Amino acid sequence: MDDNSVENTTINRPRRRLIKAAAYTSALIVSNTSFARASKPPLGRVVIIGGGYAGTTAAKYIRMWSMGNIETVVIEQSSQFVSCPLSNLVLGGSKSIHDLTFGYDLVKKNHGIQWVNDTVTSIDADKKRVRMARGELSYDRLVIAPGVDVNYEKIPNLASAEAQALIPHAWKAGWQTVNLRAQLEAMPDGGVFVMTIPKAPYRCPPGPYERACQVASYFKAHKPKSKVIVLDANPEITSKKGLFNQAFTQTYAGIVDYRPNNDIVSVDVAHKTVTTEFEQVKADVLNVIPPQRAGKVAQSIGLNNVDQRWCEVDFLSYASTLHSDIHVIGDSVSAGLPKSAHMATSQARVCAAAVVALMSGDQPDPTPVFANTCYSFIDDRQAVHVAHVYRYDAAKKIMVPAEGGGVSTAPSDQEGQYAFAWANNIWSDVLT
Amino acid sequence: MVFSIIDVAMIKAFFIALCLLIPTGAMSAETVQPTPNTVQQSHIRVLAASCAACHGTQGNSVGITPSLAGLDAGYFVAQMLAFKQGERSSTVMHHHAKGLNVDEINALATYFSEQKRHTSISPIPQQLKDTHGR
Ligand SMILES: Cc1cc2nc3c(=O)[nH]c(=O)nc-3n(C[C@H](O)[C@H](O)[C@H](O)COP(=O)(O)OP(=O)(O)OC[C@H]3O[C@@H](n4cnc5c(N)ncnc54)[C@H](O)[C@@H]3O)c2cc1C
Repeated sequence: MDDNSVENTTINRPRRRLIKAAAYTSALIVSNTSFARASKPPLGRVVIIGGGYAGTTAAKYIRMWSMGNIETVVIEQSSQFVSCPLSNLVLGGSKSIHDLTFGYDLVKKNHGIQWVNDTVTSIDADKKRVRMARGELSYDRLVIAPGVDVNYEKIPNLASAEAQALIPHAWKAGWQTVNLRAQLEAMPDGGVFVMTIPKAPYRCPPGPYERACQVASYFKAHKPKSKVIVLDANPEITSKKGLFNQAFTQTYAGIVDYRPNNDIVSVDVAHKTVTTEFEQVKADVLNVIPPQRAGKVAQSIGLNNVDQRWCEVDFLSYASTLHSDIHVIGDSVSAGLPKSAHMATSQARVCAAAVVALMSGDQPDPTPVFANTCYSFIDDRQAVHVAHVYRYDAAKKIMVPAEGGGVSTAPSDQEGQYAFAWANNIWSDVLT
Repeated sequence: MVFSIIDVAMIKAFFIALCLLIPTGAMSAETVQPTPNTVQQSHIRVLAASCAACHGTQGNSVGITPSLAGLDAGYFVAQMLAFKQGERSSTVMHHHAKGLNVDEINALATYFSEQKRHTSISPIPQQLKDTHGR
C-alpha cells in the first residue's frame, strides 16, 4: 500500500457505490496490473482497533458481507490471540495456556484482512486518523474493540508490573494466568487462596465464580487442607447464583468460603493481605480482580460517557452516541448485558452488517436479534450454562432478553462436552 | 510510512473466483446484484451467525454439536418447535427455541437449509510467546 492510499475519503456513499464496486472489480479482472488501486476498494476503509473476540469477528464479517469491497485493517498490539474463555481451567490444571493460544494467520489469509501488529496511541476523530506507535492510518469508519482497561485507581499500589507479578489479576488471559497457576502449584497444602471480585459490571459475570470452582477443584484433588476465600464486593453471586451456591456449599464444602458485600479497600502487596470494609484477610496466593472500564483507547477520545467507564452506543449499528462514524463493540460497550465473548461476537456481527449497509448507502436492520450461551466449568469436566435470545426493544432502544432463557438445572458432563464444543466452534468462527 | 500488508495472493484468488462466476463484461450497473444486503436477509444472517459459537460458521460445526448447514428446513422447524414446546428434551436448546418466534424459526430453517455442508477448519493452538502483558 502506498502513502496515497492513506488519504481520507468521504462517508455515506450511496448504494450505487457497491454496484460500482463490483463493476470496478470486474474491470480489474482484465487489467490486473492495478493491484495498488485494488488495495483501495471503492466502498472505503474500515480500521478496527483490537483483534480480540469482537474486533476479529467484525473484520471477518465485514469482509464476507461486503464481498471484499470494504478494505479492512485490524490494528492489534499482541502477536497472538489468547482466549479468556477456558483460561480458568489453566488455574484448575486441566488446560495449558498453550491450548488457548492461537495465531491470526488463517483469518487474515482467508478473508483478506490487513493486519498491523502495533498499539494505537491516539485517534484524531476530525481528521479520521489513528496514530500508532509506529505509524498512522486514515479511515472512513473506525471500529473500537479494545476490551477492558483494568482500573487500579482505588488500589494504586497494585498498578505496577512488579506488584502484579506478586498479585496478578489474570483477567486478561496470558502470562498472568501462567503466573497465578505457578503460585497455586508452589503453595503448600493448608494454604489459603484469596480472590476479590469487583462490583458489577465487569468482564464475564460468572468468570470469578468459575475461577473459585477451578481452584477449589485443584485443591480438593491435590491440596485438600487448603482453602479458597472469595471476597465479593457484590451483595450476592452475580450470575448462575443457585448453581454456584450449590457448588460452594456442597461440591466444595469446607474448601470455598464465600463472603459477599466485602469490597476491597486496600492491599498490602508484600504481605499479600487484603483489607476490606469489614476485615483483613491474609493470603498465601492472592488474586485481586480490579474494577474495569472501557479500553484506554476508547477513553482517549472520551467515548466512555457512561459513569466515565463504559461507552454508550446505538444498538442498531454500535456507533458511538458521540461520533457517528466511530463504532464501539465488545466489553467496552455499556450494554446492560453480560460482557462475554459470545456477546462480543454478536455485537461485532450486528456492527459489521450495519457498517456494510451504511457504507453502501443502506440503513441498518432496525430489529436485530441474536442468541447467547455462556458456559462455566464447575470442575475439569462438568459445566453449566446461562442462555438467552436478545432482541432490540425499539421503545427502550436497548437489547433486552427474550422470554424463555435460563440456566442449567445442574452441572453435567454432557454440558462440559458442549462447553468444549462451544470453545472450538467460536475459535473456528473467529480465527479462520 | 510503508504498509505492505495487502495479501496479493488473496486478491488474485478473489479475482479468479470472480472470473469464474461472472463472464467479463457481463457486469453493468443494471444487472449486478452484489451482496444480498436487503434488511431482511441481513437480519436473519446476523441471527443465524450468532448460532456459530456452538454450531459453527454458517452452521458447519467442528465439535460434537450438530451441524445445521444443509439441514432439511422441515426437519429444522419440527425440532425447534419440539424444543420450544418442551416435547424434545435438551440441556440448552429450549432456552433458545422459546426465545425465538415462529417467523424467526422458519427463516433460520430456510437459511441453514441453503448453506453448504463442509468441514470447517480449526485454528491450531501454539506456544504462548507474545511478550505483551508479561
Ligand atoms: C477468566 C475469564 C473467563 C471468561 N470466560 C468466558 C466464557 O466462558 N465465555 C464467554 O463468552 N466469555 C468469557 N469471558 C469474557 C470474554 O473473554 C470477553 O467478554 C471477551 O474477550 C471480550 O471481547 P473483546 O473483543 O471486547 O475484548 P478482548 O477479547 O480482550 O480483545 C481486545 C483486544 O484489543 C487489543 N487492544 C486493546 N487496546 C489496544 C490498542 N490501543 N491498540 C491495539 N490493540 C489493542 C488487545 O490486545 C486485545 O487483543 C471470560 C473472561 C475471563 C477474564
